[in-house]
Amino acid sequence: MGGTLIRAVDNVTLTIGDGEFVALLGASGSGKSSLLNLLAGLDSPTSGTVVSGGKDLSRLSRAQLAIYRRGTVGMVFQSFNLIPRMTVLENVELPLRFAEVDRAKRLDLTNRALARVGLSGRLHHRPVELSGGEQQRVAIARALVTEPKILLADEPTGNLDSRTGKEVMDLIRDLNRSSQMTVVLVTHEHAIAETYAARMISLADGKIVSDVANAKAAASRGDA
Amino acid sequence: MKLYDSVELAARNLREAMLRNSLTTLGIAVGVASLVAMLSLGVGLQRMASRHLKSSGLFNTVVVTSRRDLRAFNREQETSGPSAADSPDLDEAARQKIAAIPGVAEAYPELRFITELRYDDKPHLTMVSGMAFSSGDSDSLEGMQGHFFSSDVAHEVIIQKNFAAELLGRAQPRGPEELKASEVGGPLLGKQLIMRYNERIASSNTEDSASYSVIQREVPLTIVGVTELDPDSMRGAMRARVFLPEKLLESIHPMQAFDNRDATHATSAEPSYSTLIARVSGASKVAEVEDAIKKLGFNTFSILDASKSMQRFFRILDMFLFIFGSLALTVASIGIVNTLVMAVLERRREIGIMKAIGASDQDVRGLFFAEAGAMGLLGGSLGVILGWAIGKIIGIGTNIYLRRQGFPPDNFWAVTWWLVVFALGIAFIISLLSGLYPAARAAKLDPVQALRYE
Ligand SMILES: Nc1ncnc2c1ncn2[C@@H]1O[C@H](COP(=O)(O)OP(=O)(O)O)[C@@H](O)[C@H]1O
Ligand SMILES: [Mg+2]
Repeated sequence: MGGTLIRAVDNVTLTIGDGEFVALLGASGSGKSSLLNLLAGLDSPTSGTVVSGGKDLSRLSRAQLAIYRRGTVGMVFQSFNLIPRMTVLENVELPLRFAEVDRAKRLDLTNRALARVGLSGRLHHRPVELSGGEQQRVAIARALVTEPKILLADEPTGNLDSRTGKEVMDLIRDLNRSSQMTVVLVTHEHAIAETYAARMISLADGKIVSDVANAKAAASRGDA
Repeated sequence: MKLYDSVELAARNLREAMLRNSLTTLGIAVGVASLVAMLSLGVGLQRMASRHLKSSGLFNTVVVTSRRDLRAFNREQETSGPSAADSPDLDEAARQKIAAIPGVAEAYPELRFITELRYDDKPHLTMVSGMAFSSGDSDSLEGMQGHFFSSDVAHEVIIQKNFAAELLGRAQPRGPEELKASEVGGPLLGKQLIMRYNERIASSNTEDSASYSVIQREVPLTIVGVTELDPDSMRGAMRARVFLPEKLLESIHPMQAFDNRDATHATSAEPSYSTLIARVSGASKVAEVEDAIKKLGFNTFSILDASKSMQRFFRILDMFLFIFGSLALTVASIGIVNTLVMAVLERRREIGIMKAIGASDQDVRGLFFAEAGAMGLLGGSLGVILGWAIGKIIGIGTNIYLRRQGFPPDNFWAVTWWLVVFALGIAFIISLLSGLYPAARAAKLDPVQALRYE
């Protein structure tokens, strides 16, 4: 269709360590989401490799990628992406169904994940009955219910006001600290990155333009 | 994802788009119902025909006629043995030969004539025939009141139930209230009938075998049985309302309605028969015996010949009924494809989400398959019930019509268990096949595209 070739992610070389909290910054269209999808195994690069936990994702079959996504990665989106027909409980339980976890164990894990995000009282509500912040917390519960090593969050506060946004970000920081979950946070808000991420990577036109440690967030680690 | 979870999620999804999915399921139900209705009509008609064939008394018997007999049952069957011109006479020698064929229990001439029987001093005119003593154990006497002949020369008769009603002076029912042999058996069993007949005596003083004299005689007979046999559906020797032991009938030389020799153009002076009945020891031997008799140069007719042409007819009928029934099911399956393709389009984002949180292609495919299969099974079950109901209603309606026209009711509708299983199976398989394309489409969906923020 279109004649122009767009390199959404171009010549990026990047290593993220276990337990790191990294922010991907950049203007809209700079390739942040594309990079995140590559890390999630949702998309594959036309050239180059993505290695996660020692596994080269480009060598995995579609079925193996699904196993990687359901076991190693949890995803949170700007638009929450909850399934509107399902209750809070069912939404959070869904990844466990794909992982073929036993019914009894599933309920236990789901309840724990929801308790962790502070939503134990809203199990049988549908997403539309919740506020934006609550919906995003359900999405986070869904991402962490399988106890993944990596949390990939694509502008999780983009649809939230600053106060609920802060609540959500506090929750993500808590997961990073108490569960040693590696967090890759996509945001275009410099302030959020500065407050929470220990490392800030800036993208422009699919290329990395800066990759710096954030002393401020790293330092605040101690006080929590 | 485990099958149970797929089914559970599918059921949820189906409930969500209730109206659309109900209509699709109803479409399958109508398709299956039409298939069930068509096929049960086929099965029912076939059963009805076999039922009538069975009560024809042809079971275990082969009817033998001379090839020179112009009244032969089937003139096209002269495929083996000698041609009509030099085929042998159906005489006593032939009877011995036929009786000697392995598998033949008995070979006896068809004896049948109209005569007068007196009961309670009132005369009744009817067709009398011989019944082989060996037919006592065949199914054709099912539902008989009383018992079979005590010996093959006993002065006993078995009468047909309508004739029994006539003897009792009861009006013969015509229409729905079919007469039961048990209603008329009681007062008649053990009673006497006087049969009047003409004995035929061959002339001894001349070489001309065509001349004979006739003496009128009477013989008392005891009624021992009342049968359900329907004379209208019977063939050959069984087409009568009063039966005597065949040996007894032979021994008294009754004059028949038409004389054999005139019809068969016998070449010798030996008496010959127009029709011999070969009673076979088992239904499975009918084909063998028929072949052997044909090789002797006679024409034969058996239940196999009757059912062969019947089966061919029903195979063709069933095929047409199946095609018509399937058309509706095809339309229904297009309905499933349409519904599921719509669902895939509508649930693009949802499919993307499921993949992002770990669903494999197989999980997504399974989910849509489960939805298709659930609609198929539900529609199939509903369709079987609907088809059955349609059949019942048409059956009742037709019988009301038959009754008005003065015919006995009949059952030409049969929903068998295998038909139900077959219909459910077809509905399930068709719906899975219909789910194939939508499910593949859903499975192949690119999650990145599906999730792109709109
Ligand atoms: N499937 C696609 N088709 C066309 N263009 C795409 C597609 N995916 C991404 N892009 C383009 O790639 C660039 C990067 O997109 P994206 O990663 O979504 O940016 P960001 O998340 O930083 O806003 C954009 O210019 C976008 O238009
Ligand atoms: Mg983006």
